[in-house]
Formats: sequence, structure tokens, C-alpha cells
Amino acid sequence: MKHTLARAAFCAALVLPLAAQAHKMWMVPSATVISGDDAWVTVDAAVSNDLYYPDHFPAKLDQLVITAPDGSPVKPENAATGKYRSTFDVPVPQKGTYRLALVNQGMFASYEVDGQKKRWRGTPEEFKGAIPAGAKNVAVSEMASRVETFVTQGSPSDGALKPVGKGLELVPVSQPNDLMAGEKATFRLLLDGKPAANLKVVAINGATRYRNAQDEMDTTTDSDGKFSFTWPAAGMYWVNASTEDSHTSVKEAKNRRLAYTATLEVLPQ
Amino acid sequence: MRRILTLALCACCAAPAIAADMNITVEIPSLKVAEYHRPYVAVWIEREDHTVAANLAVWYEMKKGDGEGTKWLKDMRQWWRRSGREQSMPIDGVSGATRPAGQHRLRFADGKPPLGTLAPGHYELVVEAAREVGGREAQRIPFDWPAKAPVHLSAKGSEELGQIDLDINP
Repeated sequence: MKHTLARAAFCAALVLPLAAQAHKMWMVPSATVISGDDAWVTVDAAVSNDLYYPDHFPAKLDQLVITAPDGSPVKPENAATGKYRSTFDVPVPQKGTYRLALVNQGMFASYEVDGQKKRWRGTPEEFKGAIPAGAKNVAVSEMASRVETFVTQGSPSDGALKPVGKGLELVPVSQPNDLMAGEKATFRLLLDGKPAANLKVVAINGATRYRNAQDEMDTTTDSDGKFSFTWPAAGMYWVNASTEDSHTSVKEAKNRRLAYTATLEVLPQ
Repeated sequence: MRRILTLALCACCAAPAIAADMNITVEIPSLKVAEYHRPYVAVWIEREDHTVAANLAVWYEMKKGDGEGTKWLKDMRQWWRRSGREQSMPIDGVSGATRPAGQHRLRFADGKPPLGTLAPGHYELVVEAAREVGGREAQRIPFDWPAKAPVHLSAKGSEELGQIDLDINP
């Protein structure tokens, strides 16, 4: 049962980039702008339909990567995974901006042996020999997704925001914890470290349960990968972009699915 | 006649030597609410580009241990963004304990901290208040510095701030 649930969650995460309108993966911190050296944040992480009500699956915390302002990794505290959501705490003693990321990278395959449907998932390194010889209807694909949010204690900094150079990533032009209603914010999307041009980016304010329309805003990245939104109101915005390419790690994989999601808090003036 | 002229001359010469000053009155309204905490209040001067020319006052809960007092400084959102997040608390000659409801008079002299020496130009005095389990409000009073003649300016808050008076003497 537990396995089935985990697999279902994993599958949900896999199909997420292409079915973003159905299920949304997110992390929501208890605060994004923090004063005081003894501060902590507590974070919810889930896959849901409504923003930000856990109603579907918890996020898998083994993919969690937290980076402190000085670039060092931070271990989450009090991590727990429930039926609908995962939760963890992060101490934020350093001044500057922390990056919290759920990094999902992997391959998945489906095939048939003796008429039986089988599934496999793992890393590109594990792929060799994973599919038995003589398997039929082998379909292999690769995915790389990143779900992020940001927390700043004191003045913003960019030490934790350096791109990794793999998959879809957001590089701030506007500081992600310095967003105000009515102001324009600009970011840059990179694909494997290069500008992700001409990519659709959507933004949806949270609390969708209390309105009839999603009120989705969208825009397209320019040749430099840059995009901007002027936030119409304060709130916790879910910003998402996804794409597909054929730059796979192994030749058996035909395509690679890529997705980037950020939860960005916009404060009132 | 000659004596009067001398006196007048003296007055003229003396005038620039008497530093200009700025008198500010901040009213914290008394509120009938079930749970009342004194508000955090920040008073500062902004240049036209919204950069901060001077922090004049920051009233916050200084006595609480475990950083509980500094934890809520960010609730003065505008001040936090413009200046607060760059500061290390307490700020000498600027920060102090929270104050009760009533009128609070502040006097600042040109050339002396925390006002310092403002370059001639157009500024805004900003007063922001944020109250635990209450609301938040900011009021702005635009002014020109230095003043050619005594100037009286004011603004009136509606929720967390009462009357704000700014008197500038050249």
C-alpha cells in the first residue's frame, strides 16, 4: 500500500510538467521575509489541484535541497510526510537569501515481458541492464524538474541562487523576496545553463479555492530567457514553465521533460 | 541708526550659524481593542528615489529575549525594505522602546545625528506603524530642504497613526 502510494506520487510528479493544469507541485514557507537571527520557517510541500490546499499527494522530501546564503547545504528539521502533504522546518540564522528546492531528476521506462506490463525508474547510471533482454514495447524517457521557493533573513543576497546548469532553472533579475504588488518583477529562465528562449511562463495567485477563476497570467521568455510579471495583488504566486527536448542522457530515451516551478510571495505596498 | 544696522548685520551673519531644525510630532491613537500591544513605529526621511536619507526613530520591543523583539521588525514593511533589513539592531541614537498612545515630540538638528546634513532637495518624511495582532499604516509628508521660512506640514493617519506634524525651521 505504502509502495503503491509512493509510486502514485512519483507518477503524479512525473506527469506533472505536461499536465500542470491538473496537479500543481509546490512548497509554501510560513514566511519569506524574516527579521531576527533566531528565526525559523516551517514549510509545506505537496502536489494539489487547488493552490495551496494539500488535497492530492505529499511531496517527496528525499529530493529536498536547501542552500544557505553562503552556499552551504542546510539539513531540514522535523521532516514528516503525511497523507496529503510533507512538512519540514528550516532554521535561518544567516543573513541573506536561502533557496529551497525539490530537485527531481530521473528516467522512467515501461516495457512488456511475456505480455506483462512492467515499469522501471532510476538514474541514467542505473539504466544499463535495467530492461531485460527481449522486452517488448520499450518506452524510455527522462525528466528533470525543480520546485523552488525562497526565504530571506535581513538583506537579500544571491550566493544561494547561482544556477546549477542542469535542467530548467530560474535566475533572479528582481530579488525573489523583494516583490511588491503593483511592481514589475523580472527573472531569467535557463535550460542547461543557457537562456531558455520563447518559453511560456504562467503565474497564478494562491487561494484559488475562494474564487471561481484561476486568473492565470502568462507571458513568454525573450531571446535572453527573460520574462516579467507585474503583480496585480499581494499573494503567494505559483510560477511555472515546462518544456520538452531530446537532450537525453542515454540514447534509448527519446525525450526529456523539463519543468520549473517557484512559489513567490508578493507583499502589499 | 548705525547701531540698528550693526544689529541687523549681526542677525544676518548669525542666521546661518543657528542650525536649522526639524520638529516632528507622532500621535499614536488609543484604540479600544480586546488585545492591545504598543505599535512598532519607524520614522525616516526618503529621497525622491526612495532611498533612505536618515533613520530618525525606530520604536520596538527591546526587552524580550530570544530575539522575539526583532522578529516583528519586518512587519514595518516599507521601512524594512527601504532600510531596516540593512541595519543591525539596536541603532545608536535612533532605536528605542515602544511608546504608549499619545503624542510624541521628536526634535532633530541639522548637522547632528541622526538627521545629519541633508543635501538641498525634495524629500518625504515617512512614519510607519505596525501593531501585533493589529494593523499597519504608513503616512508620508513631502517637504523641501532647506526651508526658506518656517514651514508647518501635517498628515493624518486613519487606523494605526493619528496626527503627524512636521515643523521645519530654517
